[in-house]
Formats: sequence, C-alpha cells, structure tokens
Amino acid sequence: MNEAQRLVELIPRLRRYARALVGDRATADDLVQDTLERAWAKLHLYRRGTDLRAWLFTVMHNVHVNRVRASRPTDLLEDEMPELAQRASQGDALLVRDLDRAIARLPTEQRAVLLLVTLEEMSYEEVARALNVPIGTVMSRLSRAREKLRVMMLGQSAAAKLKLVK
Amino acid sequence: MSEAPVTESELQAYADGRLDDARRSAVDAWLAAHPDEAERVADYRRLAGALRGAYDPLLEEALPERLAHALRPRLQWKRHAAAAAWLVVGIAIGGIAGWQLHAARPGAAPLGDVGEVMARRAAIAHAVYSPEVRHPVEVGADQEAHLVAWLSKRLGAPVRAPKLEELGYSLVGGRLLPGDNGPVAHFMYQRNQGTRITLYVRTEATSNRETAFRYAKEGQVQVFYWVDRKLGYALSSGDISRDDLFKVANAVYQQLNP
Repeated sequence: MNEAQRLVELIPRLRRYARALVGDRATADDLVQDTLERAWAKLHLYRRGTDLRAWLFTVMHNVHVNRVRASRPTDLLEDEMPELAQRASQGDALLVRDLDRAIARLPTEQRAVLLLVTLEEMSYEEVARALNVPIGTVMSRLSRAREKLRVMMLGQSAAAKLKLVK
Repeated sequence: MSEAPVTESELQAYADGRLDDARRSAVDAWLAAHPDEAERVADYRRLAGALRGAYDPLLEEALPERLAHALRPRLQWKRHAAAAAWLVVGIAIGGIAGWQLHAARPGAAPLGDVGEVMARRAAIAHAVYSPEVRHPVEVGADQEAHLVAWLSKRLGAPVRAPKLEELGYSLVGGRLLPGDNGPVAHFMYQRNQGTRITLYVRTEATSNRETAFRYAKEGQVQVFYWVDRKLGYALSSGDISRDDLFKVANAVYQQLNP
C-alpha cells in the first residue's frame, strides 16, 4: 500500500484528534484539511519505512501551532481552573461539552500530549518524537494535563482533597 | 514509604496500562497503601475512558466531502476504498501465505487446509467487527445466557463463552456469522484499554479430530486456531503479541476441556 492510500486511512484518526484538540467540528475539519494539503505537499520529506502516522501527527501539530499563533493570543486561562458542573453522568452531549470546555482550558502543548496518549494511544517515545520535545517534558505535561482536567471535570472536591494530601 | 519508590511518571504509565508486570505489581502494592493516590489514578483512568467515549465516534463517521476529496485529484478512487483495500490485501496475503504453506507441506493432512481457511475467515471477521464502536456485537454480555443458548441452537452443538477475566478480558458479547460448514459463533472480548480479541467457533464436518494449536497471520491480524472434536476454534487479535495471544488461547482451550 502506498503512502497516499495510507494517508487516506489515517484521516478518521486525524479528525478525532483534531476535534478534541480544537473543540468544534468545523474548525477541526479545517485543521484536518490544511494538514492533508500540507502533508501531501511535503510527502517527499517523509522517509519511507518510518512511522507515517507519527509523521502525519507531527505535520498536524505544526499546522495547528501556526494557526493558533496567527489567530489570537491564547492560553490566557492557563492558571485559571474554574469548576465545571459535576454532571458527567447526565448524558453524552453534556459530557462532550464539558470535556470540550475543560480541554480548551489546558495549555495547547499539554492538550496535545494528553490527546495523543489517550486517543491515539501513542507510546510516550512516539509522542516525544511527534512533538519534538524530550520524553521528560512529555511526562510532565501529561501529568499536569491530567491533574488539571481532573480538577475541572471532577470538581473542587478533588482539588481540596489533593491539597490535604500534599 | 515501602521499599518500592513509585515515581509520578510511573503512576502515569500505570494509569495508561503501560508498566511491565513487575512494576505494575509494585505500584499496585504502593497504591494499596496510599488510597488518595489510588483514587487519583482511578480518576485518570475514568477521564481517559470519558475522552475515548466522547471522541471515538468520530472514527466511525463518514468523511465530509471536502476531506474525502482532499486528495482526490491525485487519487482515482472512492471514499471507502481504503477499508476495502485493507481487506483485499489481507485476503491476498492470506491466500499467498496459504498457498506457500501448502506448497511447503505437500503431505499435510487435508484438515490443515481447512484450518487455514477457518483462520482466514476468522481474521477477516476480526478485522470487520473488532473496530466497531457502536455495534460490535449482536447480543451483549448482559444477556450471556441467551447468547450462548441461541448460538448453541444455531450451531447444533453446545458452545460456551470462556471466562477470561483472569487475563483481563471481559466478554463484550457475540454474533452469528455465516461459515463454510454452516453458522459460526463469534465472541468478542475486550480489555480495559480497549484491546479486543475475538473467538470464532464453528462446527467441523469431520468430527473426532483434534489438532494442536496452529498460528496464522493475516495482514495485521494474528490467529491461533485448533480443532477439538466437533468444533473448530480460531482466536484473533490485531493488537497483542503472539505470546500473549497464545496465553489466551491456552486459557480458552483449558476452560473448554476441563
């Protein structure tokens, strides 16, 4: 199977990751489309025999970073973690909306690590390569992203408990 | 603190199910003594499950036109060709592999060829059904008694769904499939991280035969298959190692032959 065919096969995975990364369907598909066009244009830079999925997610990461930079200052909310309603069991739509809002409050680089590990089930080494950062950085971003998401999704009770422990 | 210092990175890897057995046991022991940390790790797992539950449905959706056509000018094919191509490649590889095996063992019993056909069909069934998010099975594990009774009736032989919890797999459910010798029972199991294995069970035309485990690989799917008197079995996985799959095959065999 050639690279172009494999690229097509990977589109649903790009969509899933993009949807979680940017929070809405239309923006996510814009990101996927930009990524596919860029990947196609740069395919000669892909080294045969290496992991096409990792390469493609690297391309998507770079496209995303550029789009975010071009659009607006972001991550203003990095240290703010207002509690979202504790209603995760009230239905899928609400849960997805709460997750979208919580993920949106994570710094972009933490979000990317969390989603590549959780949704793509990439190994920590693969994530480090895809994002071009050391593996120690991957682990600390993963840890921070999870803890923030936990506090946001599961409420202040978890945070309070955590402070008591520390 | 016990003799096993557990790092934050290890807790993350534990939450992701990525520690080796030795370290996992150490972390288990440590968490047993640190209930708040255990709760934190459990929360991480719940959140991971929620994320997959929220976004995995995107994998099943048809692509919007603009994405389906994003590479179209260069690719003369249709949207669903990718999935179809995968299967065709799998079947072709299976066919070639089967032919080579056959050529290499001219004296092999006919049963071997029949078994290879079964392994190939099982691998295809695995490739088709195991990625399903919404409809992985016809009858869920919550109706296990009904499932087993129904499949036994249709196969005309008592089939059972082995219990694989000790190996970390729980029954998702099963379905009925068409096979060469008639109806086939297809059971699906899943591990907490979402890894799936399937067990394909069919009746054998020639009963009172028993074979050893045999191994086949069809595309990405690995299969261990064997025949035990009236029934033929094929256990498939696309994700776990050959050794791990072999362990599961052994467990299945032992349970069905107590």
